Amino acid sequence: MKDTNVLKKIKKEFKAYREMFLPEGLSTEKQLEMYKNMVLTRVFEETVKPLWMENKVIGYFHPYIIAEAIAAGVCANLRKTDLIGSTHRGHGHVICKGGDINKMMAELYGKEEGYCKGRGGSMHIACMDIGMLGATGIVGGGIPSAVGSALASHVKGEDNVTVVFHGDGASNSGVWAESVNMAAAWNLPVIFVCENNQWAIATQINRVVRETDLYKRGIGYGVPSFQCDGFNVYDIYETTRQAVERARKGEGPTVIEAKYLRVLGHHATDDNWYRDMTGIEPYWELDPIKRMSEFMLEQGIATDDQLKAIHEECKKAVEASVEYAENGHFPDPDSIYDYVYANGEIIK
Amino acid sequence: MAIITLREAITSTMREEMTRDENVIIMGCDVALRGNPFGISKGLLKEFGPKRVIDTPISEASFTGLGIGAAIAGLRPLVEILYNDWITLPMDQIINIAAKTSFMFGGQAKVPVVIRSPFGLGGGVAAQHSQNHEAWFIGVPGLKVVAPSTPYDVKGLLKTAIRDDNPVIFFEHKRCYQLKGEVPEEEYTIPFGKAAVKREGSDVTIVTYSHMAYVSEEAAKELEKEGISVEIVDLRTLLPIDYDTVIESIAKTGRVVVVHEACERGGIAGEVIAEICKRGFDLLDAPPLRVGSLNVPVPFARNLEPLCPPNKDKIIAAIRKVLE
Repeated sequence: MKDTNVLKKIKKEFKAYREMFLPEGLSTEKQLEMYKNMVLTRVFEETVKPLWMENKVIGYFHPYIIAEAIAAGVCANLRKTDLIGSTHRGHGHVICKGGDINKMMAELYGKEEGYCKGRGGSMHIACMDIGMLGATGIVGGGIPSAVGSALASHVKGEDNVTVVFHGDGASNSGVWAESVNMAAAWNLPVIFVCENNQWAIATQINRVVRETDLYKRGIGYGVPSFQCDGFNVYDIYETTRQAVERARKGEGPTVIEAKYLRVLGHHATDDNWYRDMTGIEPYWELDPIKRMSEFMLEQGIATDDQLKAIHEECKKAVEASVEYAENGHFPDPDSIYDYVYANGEIIK
Repeated sequence: MAIITLREAITSTMREEMTRDENVIIMGCDVALRGNPFGISKGLLKEFGPKRVIDTPISEASFTGLGIGAAIAGLRPLVEILYNDWITLPMDQIINIAAKTSFMFGGQAKVPVVIRSPFGLGGGVAAQHSQNHEAWFIGVPGLKVVAPSTPYDVKGLLKTAIRDDNPVIFFEHKRCYQLKGEVPEEEYTIPFGKAAVKREGSDVTIVTYSHMAYVSEEAAKELEKEGISVEIVDLRTLLPIDYDTVIESIAKTGRVVVVHEACERGGIAGEVIAEICKRGFDLLDAPPLRVGSLNVPVPFARNLEPLCPPNKDKIIAAIRKVLE
């Protein structure tokens, strides 16, 4: 990566910065899979925004753009039977855990063919078939139930690992502290991944938090805790690999703070009026997709043609997902009471 | 047929269900080693071990959430909130996670969790250990709400609750724990949404549940001496409510008083009376009345506390009014 003046300045300011490195034993195949997941997430969301503007996709849409390395690096360490808890900013979690973008796009359209049959939308998407336990629209609210899946693994004696994705905002909710404490006390196989984008909508972290290196909170609970460069997929991959290994061996939880910076608005139409973008725009220099592609080219891990083919493949897949969603059906109004209760039971 | 206390009925039912299904676990504050302050889960730690009978930290919001998540992942947790007053703490988990998961995710997940919560007034434990918050939950689609009054009903309904694939809030009145009743040793369940006519009568119907079923019985016995015949319908489950039985009774009596221990304002009685008016207005010979607790926090002083809840005399007064 070219050390431009802008980059030099960012490196000085962004203390979590780590140079790209190739973790030992990480296959080319795995790297290309992570790269593809990042690109697919990016293309998916870039495609959704105009659809939202056209009112084809409604409700809240919180982009994961520039955070893609986190979900990609974390999920590359997980099995299909492992579990993840997600957030309102969860499209990347779905894709990187192996979700079907057709079903996700259909869900964003509110169609019966969507993951949640059009009952959840972007903010409440779940894909139980791949262990994606669900996004929650209430910041922090989904943390305890995600940890509960790790409790279930522990009680049943299974070796599944649960990753709880959450933001810096959620780490200020009481349930974060309670849940980390219980996971620590009972040695549960869970990894708390704090996607620290430093902004809770319009409130910058340093206005409401004194110690902004959030991984340090985990140390207070007796939990191995680490900070990663949230723009660096290799750093995230390697830190998570070790955490998963510990969890799988019954050595308990880990706290990982993946620090990055939200460069877009909080949701689709948030124009960032409340913050000075001159200090934020330069962080595009750390775009995780750009960084990974440059690193792979420099190191001879992949060729330009290979990477171009990945972009092309992702573009086609997303186009197909739009077509799938467009051709889907809105739920039957007569089905409005469905799923309120399990097993087809209706209580009016 | 054994005669046992309601408390013993809960313990033996939990034991039976834990023996029957290894996915049933218990979690809450002091439920394991101490067996809960009322002795509800005494002995279960020894029988089932610490993985299935779990003492939690005082983190109601999150341990309830863990129970909900464990349910989504295939267990059938019994989560205990020691006093109903504290159910405020896990409210977000109950309302926004447990009650929403099946629907919001299009039926991809089930949430077979039971949240047991002792409620009710008595014993001078004052404003933060005496409340009845059942009405909060019946406006939340996705939940089921149970409030039994007898040991027999407890066994049948707790088994149904544990085996149900939906989140169930199970209210136990603390003053019922020592009450005795016949409980068959053999297996049985009681379906949700089936009220029990606890006393047959022809002049007036009392619709009630939990401990107030006993207080209503005292009122009915007293009125019987005057030749007034009271029918008592014990709802047993509050979501769903068995309006068929309620309306059937009113068809016979033409008059109804709804009694509960929760504050009169905003309680279940208002809801029940509205539904009675919708379904059976023409059956009514008098406007329906309700009797609930005074609209005050429960006070400590020994002379003030008993002023709050419905008692025999207040119920009798309401019945005389609907008979006027």
